[in-house]
Amino acid sequence: MTGLKPKQQYKMEALKDTLESSFIVFENDLNGEAHSPIHKIRQQAFQRFEKMGFPTKRDEEWKYTNLKPILKPNFRIFPGTENSIDFAHIKKYFLSDLDSYKLVFVDGVFSSWLSETTHDKFDICTFSSMLTKYQDVATRYFNQALPESESLSAVNTAFAKEGAFIRIKKNKVADKPIQLLFFTTEHGHEVMTQPRNLIVLEENAEAVITERHQSLSEHPVLTNSATEIFAHKNARLQYYKVQNDNDQASLIDNTSLVQYGHSNVGIGTFSFGNKFIRNNLNIFLREEHTETMMDGISVGSHKQHIDHHTLVDHKVPNCYSNELYKGIYDDAAKGVFNGKVMVHPHAQKTNAFQQNNNILLTDRSSVDTKPQLEIYADDVQCSHGCTIGQLDEEAMFYLKSRGIPEKEAKALLLYAFASDGLRNVKIAELRKKLNRQIAKKLHVNLDFEI
Amino acid sequence: MLKIKNLHAHIEGKEILRGINLEVKPGEVHAIMGPNGSGKSTLSSVIAGREDYEVSQGEIDFEGEDILDLEADERAHKGVFLSFQYPVEIPGVTVTNFLKTAINEMRKAQGLEPLPANKLLKKMREKMSLLEMDKGFLSRSLNEGFSGGEKKRNEIFQMAMLEPKLAILDETDSGLDIDALRVVANGVNKLRTKDNAVIVITHYQRLLDHIVPDYVHVLHQGKIVKSGDKNLALQLEEKGYDWLKAETAV
Repeated sequence: MTGLKPKQQYKMEALKDTLESSFIVFENDLNGEAHSPIHKIRQQAFQRFEKMGFPTKRDEEWKYTNLKPILKPNFRIFPGTENSIDFAHIKKYFLSDLDSYKLVFVDGVFSSWLSETTHDKFDICTFSSMLTKYQDVATRYFNQALPESESLSAVNTAFAKEGAFIRIKKNKVADKPIQLLFFTTEHGHEVMTQPRNLIVLEENAEAVITERHQSLSEHPVLTNSATEIFAHKNARLQYYKVQNDNDQASLIDNTSLVQYGHSNVGIGTFSFGNKFIRNNLNIFLREEHTETMMDGISVGSHKQHIDHHTLVDHKVPNCYSNELYKGIYDDAAKGVFNGKVMVHPHAQKTNAFQQNNNILLTDRSSVDTKPQLEIYADDVQCSHGCTIGQLDEEAMFYLKSRGIPEKEAKALLLYAFASDGLRNVKIAELRKKLNRQIAKKLHVNLDFEI
Repeated sequence: MLKIKNLHAHIEGKEILRGINLEVKPGEVHAIMGPNGSGKSTLSSVIAGREDYEVSQGEIDFEGEDILDLEADERAHKGVFLSFQYPVEIPGVTVTNFLKTAINEMRKAQGLEPLPANKLLKKMREKMSLLEMDKGFLSRSLNEGFSGGEKKRNEIFQMAMLEPKLAILDETDSGLDIDALRVVANGVNKLRTKDNAVIVITHYQRLLDHIVPDYVHVLHQGKIVKSGDKNLALQLEEKGYDWLKAETAV
């Protein structure tokens, strides 16, 4: 930290201090739970964070993303009072035409009246109730997927208390999609929240999940979310992240997925909003014959910063991973893509594909894209490609010559460019919504969907 | 309908058109022929509004209005259509969505409501049968993976849908087999009325057997060096361009 200017150093230290004192308060409020094995994990995580501190641009993984300005506000770690919320104001953030299970949190607190849970054939409930009700689950899964080297997920682990818990039991199919919604309402204060989710799909189980974080506050909000997903043998999961928060909201999403034999998981990350987004998506393939699809569409404008860091860890043979991230950056927006694929010596017959394509609409927008393939096995098929380009002028002229004005022609081409990022979105209403969000970001009204 | 006067155009400092004069009236078919590099495609691009070319002198009047300051889309709204020599592939946009957008933008510019989906579909079906096209074609990505013949058919299909006043067919015959050429030419002929006009740009005579021109112009080194009726095209086919080059080299 010696290279930082004293004032900036002070600011980052300030948040660290706040977290340290908050952690003491947090521990005091735990009463008996403070002696549980789970809390030991929290304490260890906090110690790791204290040692590592916040990442700076000197860290290889944070070379292109400066966290300093994001950590600057004087964040509160706990919401001051419990805030009520009017459904009419937040309806638009739901997929409301959809019959679904819902887990809704307001300022870190579970809102039972906005939610629709179940314990019937599977558990769709809260992280806190999992901790008390299913200690075996907590011991088996809590903090088993997140890499220990990431200091922000360590902060989340230290304060892990509330969020979603989903467990689909063996041979069961979640009959409806599950929506996870996290609202921050706090007015007059800057808030940092630490939602913590645990998702377990047992053998041959199936689920579709959407996740969204939404600030209703006009002040800076920092969501430092962590999600651990375990897909057991033959499980099938589609997980969609909609990142379209307001321009004062920052999101650090730490998601780690562990896949066992023959499981099939798709993760879609759709980033349109927020002031700042950092996704740390880690996928660990522990058994053979898994399939993983990772798709992303990012549309950035103004001074937005959208950073995707992904890791696919091929530890065993015969696994398939396919990653496709598309980025469109306007104004002074900045994108980062760092896709790491590790193929270990024994992981023969690995099929790993990665593609990151970007379009820059202005001279001020930029993208840092870095595919990182480390392959230590010899009988594998791996490919990667990244492109950064502008709109094709010949195509623009073609569309304009058919009477399509410049703005619409541009949007049509950008739509077409982004379209395959939606290839795995199976929920019609979500598709429609994503289409609308893309159109809105591109300032057009095209009456068809991609 | 179209009046081009003393048109000069250049690209990257190189003058390609050097004083073109051309008048096209409603109902007429004009053929513009000429050797490679004579400026044929430049002329069609400049009329349609491609921005790469700079017009340094002269004017283009369309229906009594100078269109040189108009964008390509605005020219299209007035009724100018260019069938591309090399249609652009646009993955991710289906032919249907593309046409729907184009037609409704045209209608919007004319102050009309969007065409209802059923009417649009009906019209598409009609025009497709005119061009002997398969309906599976509508859901394909625009020009992506199309054969040369399919691309050209698609251009004429768009022309049929957009119903322009002036259609410029830029080397529509290149890359077409005999059957495709016949189908495309038939399509163009059936779309002709006394109110619209066609400019056929071609290197060879064969398309003009099917789309018979009222006037033939020969372009050479950026100028129209000779004009005549359809017999001029036959003469060119027989003698090549060299006799003209010799005649005009003075």
